[in-house]
Amino acid sequence: MAAVQDGQLNLEVEKDIKTEITNDGSGNINANSSSPGSTSSGGKSKSPAGSGEDQQTLLAVLQFLKRNKLTESVDILRREAGLSADADDSPVSESAGAGSGGVPSVGADGGDANSLLSRVSIATPVAPPDCGLDSHGGLATPIYFHSSNNCACTVVAASGGEDQPDVNVVLSAYSQQGDPVLYPLYYNGLKKFIESVLDCHRAELSQVFYPLFVHMYLELVYNNHENEAKQFFEKFSGDQECYYEEDLRILSSMSKKEHMKGNETMLDFRTSKFVLRISRDSYQLLKRHLQERQNNQIWNIIQEHLYIDIFDGMPRSKSQIDAMSGSLAGEGKRDANKAKVFYGLLKEPEIEVPLDDEDEEAENEEGKPKKKKPKKDSMGSKSKKQDPNAPQQTRIPLPELKDSDKLDKIMNMKEATKKIRLGPDNLPSICFYSFLNAYQGLTAVDFTDDSSLIAGGFADSTVRVWSVTPKKLRRVKSAADLSNIDKESDDVLERIMDEKTASESKILYGHSGPVYGISFSPDRNYLLSSSEDGTVRLWSLQTFTCLVGYKGHNYPVWDTQFSPYGYYFISGGHDRVARLWATDHYQPLRMFAGHLADITCTLFHPNSNYVATGSADRTIRLWDVLTGNCVRILTGHKGPIHSLAFSPNGKFMASGATDGRVLLWDAFDDVELDDFTAATGHIHLPENSQELLLGTYMTKSTPVIHLHFTRRNLLLAAGAYNP
Amino acid sequence: MAEERRPKQCTVVLPTESMKAMAESIGVGQLQEESCAALSEEVSYRIKEIAQDALKFMHHGKRCKLTTSDIDHALKLKNVEPLYGFQSQEFIPFRFASGGGRELHFYEEKEVDLSDIINTPLPRVPLDVSLKAHWLSIEGVQPAIPENPPPAPKEQQKTESTEPLKAVKPGQEEEGSIQKGQGATSAEAKGKKDGLMRMKPRSTHELSVEQQLYYKEITEACVGSCEAKRAEALQSIATDPGLYQMLPRFSTFISEGVRVNVVQNNLALLIYLMRMVKALMDNPTLYLEKYLHELIPAVVTCIVSKQLCLRPDVDNHWALRDFAARLMAQSCKTFSTTTNNIQSRITKTFTKSWLDDKTQWTTRYGCIAGLSELGPDVIKTLILPRLTVEGARIKAVSDGPVVSNIDKIGADHVQSLLLKHCASVIAKARPLPDNVEQYRADYGYLGPMLCSHVVKARAQAALQAQQVNRTTLTITQPRPTLTVSQSGIGGSGGSRTASIIKVPSSLTLMSTRPGTPTQLSPPATKYIVMATSSGSSSTQQVITRTSSSLTSATSTPQPLVKLESGGSGGLGGSRPLQKYIVVSLPSSSSLESKSGVLPPSSSASPILLEARIKVDCSDSPSASTQSPH
Repeated sequence: MAAVQDGQLNLEVEKDIKTEITNDGSGNINANSSSPGSTSSGGKSKSPAGSGEDQQTLLAVLQFLKRNKLTESVDILRREAGLSADADDSPVSESAGAGSGGVPSVGADGGDANSLLSRVSIATPVAPPDCGLDSHGGLATPIYFHSSNNCACTVVAASGGEDQPDVNVVLSAYSQQGDPVLYPLYYNGLKKFIESVLDCHRAELSQVFYPLFVHMYLELVYNNHENEAKQFFEKFSGDQECYYEEDLRILSSMSKKEHMKGNETMLDFRTSKFVLRISRDSYQLLKRHLQERQNNQIWNIIQEHLYIDIFDGMPRSKSQIDAMSGSLAGEGKRDANKAKVFYGLLKEPEIEVPLDDEDEEAENEEGKPKKKKPKKDSMGSKSKKQDPNAPQQTRIPLPELKDSDKLDKIMNMKEATKKIRLGPDNLPSICFYSFLNAYQGLTAVDFTDDSSLIAGGFADSTVRVWSVTPKKLRRVKSAADLSNIDKESDDVLERIMDEKTASESKILYGHSGPVYGISFSPDRNYLLSSSEDGTVRLWSLQTFTCLVGYKGHNYPVWDTQFSPYGYYFISGGHDRVARLWATDHYQPLRMFAGHLADITCTLFHPNSNYVATGSADRTIRLWDVLTGNCVRILTGHKGPIHSLAFSPNGKFMASGATDGRVLLWDAFDDVELDDFTAATGHIHLPENSQELLLGTYMTKSTPVIHLHFTRRNLLLAAGAYNP
Repeated sequence: MAEERRPKQCTVVLPTESMKAMAESIGVGQLQEESCAALSEEVSYRIKEIAQDALKFMHHGKRCKLTTSDIDHALKLKNVEPLYGFQSQEFIPFRFASGGGRELHFYEEKEVDLSDIINTPLPRVPLDVSLKAHWLSIEGVQPAIPENPPPAPKEQQKTESTEPLKAVKPGQEEEGSIQKGQGATSAEAKGKKDGLMRMKPRSTHELSVEQQLYYKEITEACVGSCEAKRAEALQSIATDPGLYQMLPRFSTFISEGVRVNVVQNNLALLIYLMRMVKALMDNPTLYLEKYLHELIPAVVTCIVSKQLCLRPDVDNHWALRDFAARLMAQSCKTFSTTTNNIQSRITKTFTKSWLDDKTQWTTRYGCIAGLSELGPDVIKTLILPRLTVEGARIKAVSDGPVVSNIDKIGADHVQSLLLKHCASVIAKARPLPDNVEQYRADYGYLGPMLCSHVVKARAQAALQAQQVNRTTLTITQPRPTLTVSQSGIGGSGGSRTASIIKVPSSLTLMSTRPGTPTQLSPPATKYIVMATSSGSSSTQQVITRTSSSLTSATSTPQPLVKLESGGSGGLGGSRPLQKYIVVSLPSSSSLESKSGVLPPSSSASPILLEARIKVDCSDSPSASTQSPH
């Protein structure tokens, strides 16, 4: 539908894509959702709350304590709860008996922590009625089994007619009742233990603190122990790493069970397991400790909410861990980063290039090609041979080159020969484009690759396009006028343009909210813009009208970007899903789901086979366009990621985040992932980054919004002047 | 909200009273206390949630300020109808009120008359967005063009002066810095040379040809004979953003100039140099701390030197001393820190030479002027206790055998100075009644005069209290900046405005510019020397500073016109910032304290005011010159 000139070509491509979709389209989404909690939940769990249940739990705990010879605690608890000694004895023994009777297999391996826990939860339903359980007497036992925390994910119970079944299932996992008073004790115990272990293990084990803290807090909140939760938070929140501050703040604002419904951060914690990488030795140490101390509360959380990725080898040091941690859900799993990434560039099509580009025939490059260009400067295309790391040329169907594209390529190569080699001694010149009178409204900027056009997205929902060359922007004539044109004439392309509309800038109206992302197509015929109104719009730069509004994201779309070969584009927004579109499809071709928070920036790999997305969950994910799988999860940033860039050769990626750091990634090779001493995934430059800084150039109260290197390595920058 | 930092900030909950108030506003009368508590918790939580989402929109909107539209968008995310009609300007003027132990921030909403709105002409259509390109850097070097910020911002100058060893980032054309002054009173030749070579070997001192030309022109104009040129030059010094590199030259120029001209008793040049100091201080882009070791001795010289002119009995070197004393006070206020201790060192210096019996009357005058400018606290602790001694000394000169005319004049000036400064302090500190005998007992010879001045000051205060509730009208009109360097995308000074504050009853608005720059009227110039309020756009500040700098008032009901121009204003007729303050007598309580203390001769007209301050050009030198360095 978007095709103005190349409808024929697109149709073929479209066919290709369609078959692709039917082949593997259905598998995509499921494969991506890495969170078992969200997918496997079929219904709503039965809420196990009941008046007698508290008491019942208490009894279970008492029994538990007794078994562990914690007679002091038993006494204290009993005094606190006002239970008489005989009141608890009989039901406990009964329930214990019932428990083991009901689940003999579990009861058999008595010493195991799991069975213990299950016993605790089992105790509830089977207890005799005199313990105040009449109300639940009629309920089937199995339900209670399921609602016990070990198998929360597989709950299939009658739905209570709630409209948010997922949430309830998710939350019900917290229904585990522990004595709220003991939580700080548990946590403290673990803290003491970890402080006392050997130094080499301490850093690794300390990773456990944060997820543990979060989940314990959430459990307390869920079980309506508001005050205990607050105390717990106050006591231990200071211990957490400072980069979790943002999350802690959100967490602390949640003090009621009702708040947990619909809170996205909370759901993130619940639906995704926090991934930790711990060496086998450290893990054994932790496991032994917890089992020795019978610290089931913590063990349970670790089992349930944490995914511990055990590796063999040296425990990692604090700095190594810090380099990787910081994301909302821990580090990326090892197997998530195992897939091979073809990061090489695609082979450039053979284009005959006139050698004598200095011959002042700038206008007619299409004139007789004389000789093949002997050498090329661009790094990726140095050899004509296929790069071993490059994907198959046809891995992703790409649009065929049009004549105009070829012309552009030739132009590009010519310019490349004039490229200035930059280095520490040869800094680039910077041309700064200031948007005046923008009144803080400038939200996005993009340059065309040949630096002839600048587009700005504004908070007043307009998109403006400027021509920065003497060539003015002109519209195509209206249909009636076009019919009068002699189509055979040589300058038909000139003739179709309406001279009367020539101006330096054009305004595109259509969005109904601030425009947050903007991207030119590589052939400069189209412009994409994404907006708060949930749409991505495709604009024609021939007619300066909107061609398509792509609807799919129902929430603000933070960023969009054209593929370097055109035709495809990627968009990502508040709904945490990145969508891959083709300009002539009004529905997305791929949906990349997996991020735990807003997708804040999107970027195509230079070979168009991969897409990188940065997110507010502080991770960067690399997605395979062909399969729709997530092939890399890059963790290490401590704040929402706001900008991404690939190196021209496709091997490196840089990312910038609100933590004020720029990380350089070299994560696309097959890193030996077992050896964590060397591979953190990104090149971390802690101290010497000052030496890498080549220059600082101040603007006059103009925030820099966009940077762009021209083909000749002139640096263009843009921003709105805010007096 | 004043909770401690991190985790605690989240436990903030709206007060239940707010819930009640809101419930009442929608017609729910009696709300239970528990409901209020529950509601307030819930509402607080939801507000935080929305604020978090709104922050997202702020970040993606590439702004640092949360706007109402961000909140609207966040509400939209939650499927909540946005609040219509709250499109506010980016700045909401919250007002603060406290009383009864409660603090309240509120937003003053005025009732709007619709017909007024309809009848007002439409505002000008805002300018359309436009694009402008400039070179931010050319091969790694930032060109010094108006679109780029001045080479070294004030903060950087500050850090450089406080942390001289810190590496300067490349790309910034930095200036070789002379080590921070070793001390205010130490000789300037020291410290500069030794420290410099060791600490910063790579400093560059070269000025471009243009800069050299500029420096030459400016310095020539500043000490030349053409008043118009001097005005322009001083204005350039006070406003130009790119002078950072020339600052060491200016500083040396001034310090050397003072040294030479003190010896030669060239009063005019000394005044010109002091005005240069003033202009440098007024320049918002310069950070002078590194050069205080040169500037302060120069200024102090102009305050306390025994002889500043060829004919001490006729020339008005007192005005120079006053002006320099005010400069000194200003630099103490601006630059005194716990590490350099400028103020205490200056105070010590003044006190020491004042206490010396052999000190000349001129120096004595300078010391007292310097001390009194430092504020009422200094007057109270250092000057008042010595009034008796000083009175006796003055008495000895005036009543005793005529030793020399110069001593007599000196004593007179010291007396009027003491009366002027002390009366206001005493008027505030001393309880009624003002008994002449009591004053004589307390303050000796000066007692009776002091008493009458204090009485006048009190009367002034009372009169003022009656009329203080006059309406004031503030007219603010933006004026284009005039310096070339600030054109283009606008300079840092672009937001300056000229403001006129006037009391409607007395519309005698006088031009602050005592004459067009071509007009070389000495009285006008001298008047400006007296006006020292530095440019500030806040009305309130202007008024308070007026009190410290203006020296003329009467008790007559006739309107008094006070003129004041920012900085070395009158000369800078074309300065972007000028303040015209026309005050109906007495209009501000802060003025009153000064008023009664004036020499009896002063009356209500600005001419007289000028007359007082006029620098007479007469001869008869008296004391020898002694420069403190």
